[in-house]
Amino acid sequence: MSKPLKQIHLAAHFPGVNSTTVWSDPAAGSQIDFDSFVHFARTAERAKFDFLFLAEGLRLREQGGEIYDLDVVGRPDTFTVLAALAAVTEHLGLTGTINSTFNEPYEVARQFASLDHLSGGRAAWNVVTSWDAFTGENFRRGGFLPREERYERAREFLDTAHELFDSWDGGEILADPASGEFLRDAGPGAFAHGGKQFDISGHFNVPRSPQGRPVIFQAGDSDEGREFAAASADAIFGRYRTLEEGRVFYADVKGRLPRYGRTPDELKILPAASFVLGDTDAEARELAHEVRLQQVSGATAIKYLEHVWNRDLSGYDPDGPLPEVDPEPGENTIALGRASVRMNGDPLAVAREWRELAAAEGLSIRELMIRTTARQSFVGSPLTVAQSIDALVQADAADGFILVPHLTPGGLDAFADTVVPLLQERGVFRREYAGPTLRDHLGLAAPRALAPVRG
Amino acid sequence: MPVHPSPSASPSPALHLAVALDGAGWHPAAWREPGAGADRLFTAGYWAALVAEAEAGLLDFVTFEDSLSLQSTDPAGPDGRTDLVRGRLDAVLVAARVAPLSRHIGLVPSVVATHTEPFHVSKALATLDYVSRGRAGLRIQVSERPDEVGHFGRRTAPLDPAELYAEAADHVEVVRRLWDSWEDDAEIRDAATGRFIDRAKLHYIDFEGPRFSVKGPSITPRPPQGLPPVSALASDTAVYPFLARSADIGYVTARDAGEVRAAVAALPATPHLFGELTVFLDERQATAERRLQRLDAAHGAAYTSDSRVFAGTAADLADLLLEWREAGLTGFRLRPGVLAHDLPAITRGLVPELQRRGVFRRSYEASSLRGLLGLARPANRYAAAASLTSPAA
Ligand SMILES: Cc1cc2nc3c(=O)[nH]c(=O)nc-3n(C[C@H](O)[C@H](O)[C@H](O)COP(=O)(O)O)c2cc1C
Repeated sequence: MSKPLKQIHLAAHFPGVNSTTVWSDPAAGSQIDFDSFVHFARTAERAKFDFLFLAEGLRLREQGGEIYDLDVVGRPDTFTVLAALAAVTEHLGLTGTINSTFNEPYEVARQFASLDHLSGGRAAWNVVTSWDAFTGENFRRGGFLPREERYERAREFLDTAHELFDSWDGGEILADPASGEFLRDAGPGAFAHGGKQFDISGHFNVPRSPQGRPVIFQAGDSDEGREFAAASADAIFGRYRTLEEGRVFYADVKGRLPRYGRTPDELKILPAASFVLGDTDAEARELAHEVRLQQVSGATAIKYLEHVWNRDLSGYDPDGPLPEVDPEPGENTIALGRASVRMNGDPLAVAREWRELAAAEGLSIRELMIRTTARQSFVGSPLTVAQSIDALVQADAADGFILVPHLTPGGLDAFADTVVPLLQERGVFRREYAGPTLRDHLGLAAPRALAPVRG
Repeated sequence: MPVHPSPSASPSPALHLAVALDGAGWHPAAWREPGAGADRLFTAGYWAALVAEAEAGLLDFVTFEDSLSLQSTDPAGPDGRTDLVRGRLDAVLVAARVAPLSRHIGLVPSVVATHTEPFHVSKALATLDYVSRGRAGLRIQVSERPDEVGHFGRRTAPLDPAELYAEAADHVEVVRRLWDSWEDDAEIRDAATGRFIDRAKLHYIDFEGPRFSVKGPSITPRPPQGLPPVSALASDTAVYPFLARSADIGYVTARDAGEVRAAVAALPATPHLFGELTVFLDERQATAERRLQRLDAAHGAAYTSDSRVFAGTAADLADLLLEWREAGLTGFRLRPGVLAHDLPAITRGLVPELQRRGVFRRSYEASSLRGLLGLARPANRYAAAASLTSPAA
């Protein structure tokens, strides 16, 4: 008896302000006009994807004291664009990245509950914890959170949001014109939360939504982030480069679940992945190389190096060797507003590793950057790509992938038309949606409301 | 490419008409009326149908009411009643959800300035403008409710209304500066230099006020309308200074033509002043009055409102609107007593009556809300400043 095949989950990341997006290609369209989002979402839905994913950044990135201008800049408000997309799709899940530091639970909970109502149960929340003072300058509290409190606030934020979602159990609304009873009783919505980050109470004003609560995603890579995910998330948006890295991450995170009384299938691991398709593997490899050259120009390569070096390297030749000088230690002041910079571990260690790699293979700065900034990516003919995706999922390196095309908005079309049918033939990807909600797509059980506070 | 609504070519219509959408209607017993759809208030289909009806009637815009607390008859907190509509969806999201399903009508959600971040509000409304292709507006409100204070836990009740309106004015100023923080042609996609934007055309707004400071620029490019119109309700003359400073459209709750004239005199610079009226419309005045009485009886109390309550025929309402227009108003925001009944009465009764009198459009003459309101697309304040200081080429 062979093990039954795991079913693959697929999602589409509408590229935001990342460096993956090739905007200079003549086929590249707008990253902000609504038509782009409609095209992208409809392609994802045609391909029976689980959901569409949006990242978020609440301040424009800066480098060397200036607004960063080499990547796409400018994106819409997450909630608003997802609500509009609910009108032009029927099944596709709608996952929005919303920060737990620069928001308040009452407002975010009612936005997600509203989105879940307005989409018929398709809302998901990627809880991110960027905490920096740089971003804080756009907000009332001015404020920022000490780094070590970012997950404390995230955990309490999510707990509080759940208390709000659960303050309605779904059976309260009678709307009976004959008896004149709109509500069964006067209790719904009552909540009281007293904690270190939030001390709030009152009545939540959105009735229980189709999914009860949005699906919860987590996207932070630290130990605390993984623990937060194991305790509270339905899915992880991950970032890793190789099969081995993937398996280690997968085993680590799934291994944390029993502590919280959870089973492995209650947390889906969905890494980000780019892809390049060609008629043949050789053609795809060639195309992929061209794409990488477009993604990492000489100027971009220097900027990337500065993220680690934390100093001005504009005098260096991108086609030359790595700088002799070491990275500037301490808080990164050269590149602001980047999650990847915040997540960089020890810059001196990274520099050492890169120097060794560059020396061993004779790489220029640009070549090195092309190599080291590549994320998990699928390159090949549709058959090769379908096989690799399936192999990674069956090998427990992932439960599926969040695909990040390099072209907006048409970059998903070829994948939908060529790879998806092959996965369907292999019996590892749905041909039809099993149910209307995102929880149905992800195979997650509907949450029960916790006993609400009555007051 | 952003949509740049052209300044309206045809003359703007003689009278503007908006409808305020809230629950099943403004009468507390509205949800009990036939066809009210009270069991569908939390579905997208319910709101889409209302907006489609308003658009079929060629209305300038609809507003969506909102609050950050449960509806209540008690200003201090929940009233514990089970016989009234309770619960509502976020107004910005409802507006966004119906935007792709409509084409011409303006979509104006309500936002509470008191507890929200201007940065979030600015990008949300800019995005509503993108998804509606230039039809977004903002209705800004303040909240004195102590229960809302408890929902956020950041300040203490009681709040001082004057202070709240001053804060709301700062809020609107920040929202508008953020809309302007990108010049229209900031996106250059210059492949030769590898620059996606011309960062000289992005601006820090550097707002510093006594209540908050905001750096900017927005993460969202300047919306299609440049600055979506901002509106606010004045149920009290104490709100006039706020209207004067912050609103493109003020909704005034006058009771008669005299009060209309006073409001118009007090707010000479506000581009649009709309009369705010709650309406119950029927074929005959007696029928409308009886219907109102029947609703009052179901509710167990006579309906009261901050606005004038009109129960009568479409022709009589048209007379009143024209009289108030003569007194200086440019339009009206009507609150249908029962949406299921009074919204179609507006679109299929009042609108044709106004058209017969030559004071209302027969087709949409513009594709943006600003266009419908006869408001030009504003220049970017930062671009203007830059061109003043840049040397002549
Ligand atoms: C795959 C991935 C995606 C992320 N996406 C976002 C994002 O869209 N917006 C954001 O503010 N932070 C994003 N982050 C950053 C995290 O929210 C967080 O700020 C950071 O990783 C710090 O948490 P950590 O120390 O647990 O990694 C992302 C992180 C990862 C790993």
